[in-house]
Amino acid sequence: MGAEFVQLSLTPLLIGVLAAIACALPGNFLILRRQALIGDAISHVVLPGIVVAFLITGVVSTWPMLLGAAGAAIVAVIIIEAIKRIGRIEPGAAMGVTFTSLFAGGVLLLEQSDTSAVHLDVEHALYGNLESLIWLSAEGWSSLTDAAALADLPPELFRMAAAAGLIALLTLIFWRPLKLSTFDEGFASAVGIPTAAVSLGLVVVAAVAAVAAFDAVGSIIVIAMFICPPAAARLMTNRLEAQIAWSVAFATLSAVLGYVLAGYGPLWLGADNAVSAAGMIATVSGIILAFACLFAPHRARIGAPRGA
Amino acid sequence: MAIAAEPIDIAARRDPSASVVNLRDSPLAVHELTVSYGEKPAVFSVDTMVPPQSMTAIIGPNGAGKSTLLKAALGIVPRLSGRVTVFGQPVEKAMHRIAYVPQRASVDWDFPTRVIDVVLMGLYRELGLVRLVRRNHRERALSCLERVGMADFADRQIGQLSGGQQQRVFLARALAQNADLYLLDEPFAGVDAATEKAIIDVLKSLKAEQRTVVCVHHDLATVADYFDHVLLINVRKIAEGPVATVFTGENLQKTYGGRLATTHIDQLKLPVG
Repeated sequence: MGAEFVQLSLTPLLIGVLAAIACALPGNFLILRRQALIGDAISHVVLPGIVVAFLITGVVSTWPMLLGAAGAAIVAVIIIEAIKRIGRIEPGAAMGVTFTSLFAGGVLLLEQSDTSAVHLDVEHALYGNLESLIWLSAEGWSSLTDAAALADLPPELFRMAAAAGLIALLTLIFWRPLKLSTFDEGFASAVGIPTAAVSLGLVVVAAVAAVAAFDAVGSIIVIAMFICPPAAARLMTNRLEAQIAWSVAFATLSAVLGYVLAGYGPLWLGADNAVSAAGMIATVSGIILAFACLFAPHRARIGAPRGA
Repeated sequence: MAIAAEPIDIAARRDPSASVVNLRDSPLAVHELTVSYGEKPAVFSVDTMVPPQSMTAIIGPNGAGKSTLLKAALGIVPRLSGRVTVFGQPVEKAMHRIAYVPQRASVDWDFPTRVIDVVLMGLYRELGLVRLVRRNHRERALSCLERVGMADFADRQIGQLSGGQQQRVFLARALAQNADLYLLDEPFAGVDAATEKAIIDVLKSLKAEQRTVVCVHHDLATVADYFDHVLLINVRKIAEGPVATVFTGENLQKTYGGRLATTHIDQLKLPVG
């Protein structure tokens, strides 16, 4: 693989892998807390927040987008509570109604506003623009040591690397409180862990992952990566430490395999067009989960006799 | 109830100061504690003072607020009003002296972790965020498992344990905390006879080590055997004091209302005396 690979495929691959890992890490804890739906909700609610932030500021940049997403999340929580109280509907349904409506509202808003000058449209919101995040000034592997070429790397790469690095670091530092309060919240708060802050922190980290990944890879990958790699990883092991490692491995595998299959798969089948990398990455993660359900070593525990 | 009137008088004459405890010494003193989840209070204006080095049972029907009382005392659920002191200090400042054993059914035992890792959670205050688990931590955790007869299960995944074994692992985690006050929520619920024996032996050894044990307990037949002090509640406090004077048919009738059949009370006459 030579110059063409470095120029056209290296950065999209890296960004895809980093986005997948950034989402899979908090996804492990969301799933164990039976809050997988929250990851889904966040990735939907992010869209109207980002659109509103863009309409107000007129630019697509990280901080307004994060604030917009956070604002939208707060609005979503209020709406969910209101629906639960006034409509007397069970929480899952209230969440489902709220985040799909907000996402649809975001799509409408996006269609009606003039975003032609920036990379922000409906298609983008779903699939991102992974294939277009190329490294134009790269001339081969040697460009990795060329300062001028490095300065031309797509900014999404640095943003995604920073987000993934931050999330990995936070997971490492707060490993014990996260694990303890996920397993036994009552005990955790009795030994002095601020469990409410840990829960909130986890949701905020998931939101950071969603916002950072959203711009580069779109919401389809975000939703898939919060759930598929951790769920498949849980079936591979009975230790949380190993589960995290497996989830990172599956996220990486999904991103690489999905990207390659999207680019070359149709060619191999005789078609002449590539398919969406984001869509293929999400599909591969789903296939990995399906294989884990069929063949993974620790799937038998489901339905196993429990308790006395 | 007439059956219980006599034992109260006799015991009270024998030891009139049995339930007098100094606030400073009490491992757990609760003053006018009220907790509410919705509109109706779950615990209403409960006062109690647990005597030092006692084995205290909290008794009451389902929904009487027994578990809630423990959780609110620890600040796990918010208190609407009331004060809680532990060894004379506000409870927030004395949390390091308390070990709490939640109800076994309150956690997901399918969680991906091993028995030894659960026991090591008891060392969280010592280990903090980043300190590494060293051999001496591991050995201490193992010795706690030894004490509850579960050392051979250290490397098992917790999902493979029976209910009784799960309860013993929870107790081992509390032992690792090396606390002065042990608060246990239904430690005997749904466990086998061997586990019940193992747990009560450990609790009695804690008492022998000058520690204090408080259990939410549901099996009236074993109260007199296991405990020396009782707190009877049904949202409000009904009675509190030494088992010999307070654990009477009359008080139980007040606590359980119509829910305790008279035949049940007759059975209890034996242990109560």
